[in-house]
Amino acid sequence: MSSTTELVGERATPQTRTPVSRGTVHTPTFRTLGLLAAAGILVVVTIASIMIGARDLTVDTVLAALFNPDGTTEALIIWELRVPRTVVGLVVGPALGLAGALIQAFTRNPLADPGILGVNAGAGFFVTIAVGVLGFNDARGYVWFALVGAGVVTVLVYLIGSVGTGTANPVQMTLAGVALSAVLGGIASGISLKNPQAFDNMRYWGAGSIGGRSLEVVAAIAPLIFLGVILALLVAKPLNALAMGEDVGRSLGVSVMGTRIVVVVAVTVLAGGATALAGPIGFIGLMVPHIVRWFVGPDQRWIMAYTLVVSPILLLVADILARIILPSGELRVGLVTAVVGAPILIMLARRKKVSGL
Amino acid sequence: MKLAERVPSRNGRPQYLLRSLNPPVSLRFDRRTIVVGVIVVALIVLVGAYTLTAGASHTPLSDVVSALLGQGDRRTEMVVVKWRLPRLLFAIFCGAALGMSGALFQSLTRNPLGSPDIIGFAAGSYTGALLVMLVAGSTGYYLVAAGSLIGGIVTAALVYLLAYRRGVEGFRLIIMGIGVSAVLGSVNSYLMLRAKLQDAMSAAAWGSGSLNGLSFDQFWPMLTILVLLVPMALALGPGMRQLEMGDDAAKALGLRTERLRLGVVVIGVALTALVTAAAGPISFIALAAPQIARRLTGVSGIGMIPAALTGALLLTCADVVANSIQLPVGIITVSIGGTYLLWLLVREYRRRK
Repeated sequence: MSSTTELVGERATPQTRTPVSRGTVHTPTFRTLGLLAAAGILVVVTIASIMIGARDLTVDTVLAALFNPDGTTEALIIWELRVPRTVVGLVVGPALGLAGALIQAFTRNPLADPGILGVNAGAGFFVTIAVGVLGFNDARGYVWFALVGAGVVTVLVYLIGSVGTGTANPVQMTLAGVALSAVLGGIASGISLKNPQAFDNMRYWGAGSIGGRSLEVVAAIAPLIFLGVILALLVAKPLNALAMGEDVGRSLGVSVMGTRIVVVVAVTVLAGGATALAGPIGFIGLMVPHIVRWFVGPDQRWIMAYTLVVSPILLLVADILARIILPSGELRVGLVTAVVGAPILIMLARRKKVSGL
Repeated sequence: MKLAERVPSRNGRPQYLLRSLNPPVSLRFDRRTIVVGVIVVALIVLVGAYTLTAGASHTPLSDVVSALLGQGDRRTEMVVVKWRLPRLLFAIFCGAALGMSGALFQSLTRNPLGSPDIIGFAAGSYTGALLVMLVAGSTGYYLVAAGSLIGGIVTAALVYLLAYRRGVEGFRLIIMGIGVSAVLGSVNSYLMLRAKLQDAMSAAAWGSGSLNGLSFDQFWPMLTILVLLVPMALALGPGMRQLEMGDDAAKALGLRTERLRLGVVVIGVALTALVTAAAGPISFIALAAPQIARRLTGVSGIGMIPAALTGALLLTCADVVANSIQLPVGIITVSIGGTYLLWLLVREYRRRK
């Protein structure tokens, strides 16, 4: 090994990028139609998520319980379990997907996802502190710790990733995320091994689930995620310009620094909010923008619009699958997304070039 | 055989050559590397001596020495020789094996992140051990060791095959490791969720890597295998140095690069597997030891013996800390090793300015 060690053999060099594919769906009309079709599927999946569960309920019973909550067991199942769970999926899915789309466009690295950049480890670390050191036991209490942890660690990873070059280097950020996640993970497991209560809470929290959250918690986090979505949509156009290189972007009147700050804030709020609500759920943020890009090409505005609709479809389908396979609720959605997502990551990496941005 | 002949230097530093015509072997030593090696060994001895005196009750050094020589009273001999000594020996030899394994993988991938931890070995061996502990419900030492061995080796083979596309490239190996580890991570947390809290906690303690409760019964088998593996690892060294110059140069020098790579993966995984079977997956030693050794010796390549010595020192020190706060040693190595990696990255990036 030479003395100037390259930390990763292959580095994304914007100058030598291969021409990007325009995607399989070219015209705005077809793209709009596709988006509408996806929205239709989302509606169907949402209904399925309310219909399907451990207890077999007929359509009539579900409808009656939905529109006339009269305190019967059926109404409680619908309103206390299935509706909150579906709403959490509808809020968390788009947040994760959009955070992934942003971080991929921002770092120009198709392998970036908020989990790789340390958001999950940060949230997990702060939750462990809350449970193990400060004695919180209620999921509602540690939502805020997760949020703060995610924010602090994203900013740290960003700062370390910008050392030297002054710009956030994608490989630097990924490696910094890996290292920081390892340290925080180590300390967190040290704390939880000393404290059975914390260990028990953490093994459930760490699996990631959209069940068991009350609608009040969702209502508290949703505005934040909404803010993140707005910020993301605002930077879609500047990100398109920056994709052609910083200099081109600048000459098109885009503020490079401003865009970066907005992106980091949006990713922190989206990924942090989602992780606070549902625990660490991997691979939605990595996968969905990728799949979408195959269809609509590199325009961030279309990528984000599709991601917003496709992410909750995937999350809810994974959750329904988990509920069908093991009705006891032991199989949590965070575990299913990783099992579905990892083969896609492997397939992508086996292709000759990871798809450009 | 001529002893330690001083030879003209290649890089401006004093070097010594050990040469023999029959068998035709020559070894070149760099003076600074030797000095550093001696200092590291001295430090291991010092920390080791401290380890033998420290514990629930303090034992004076003189008592430790007489116990080691078999002249102490029975109680001291029990504590020092039966309890503390095997733990120390495990720390030294596991650390050395991990350091060597890391050196092999980092030369192979030409990447300081290349260690068996990263290519999925750790996650796979954890899955194997969890299946034994939580599904089969057996906590027998040898069964868990076997489970972790099989799990880790199968996973490493899978990652290697997935990354194979007309040869194995370092970066792809790392990405495949991330993907396969993520799936196994899901399986692991599912198994943990199913288990009773007490079982899950002891499984997690194993999963962090711990030297607690090891005795000489487990030490001798490990030492035997290690004695077999180390010469094989050292034999790979010259080829690895050629490979570091790049594939084309190595091939031009007559090296069979793919076969060498496979050899490195097999020996590297075997070294880590040995440690994992004995003490659980102790992370970050394999990552940090070769990098620290390289900076201490000031040479450009990754030396296997300096890495082994540094690994031994690191794990011995981490075990002192772990023992004093009653946590598995793997927790200490990951926290300290990760911090070191962060520092390494920041320093590397600063220089790129």
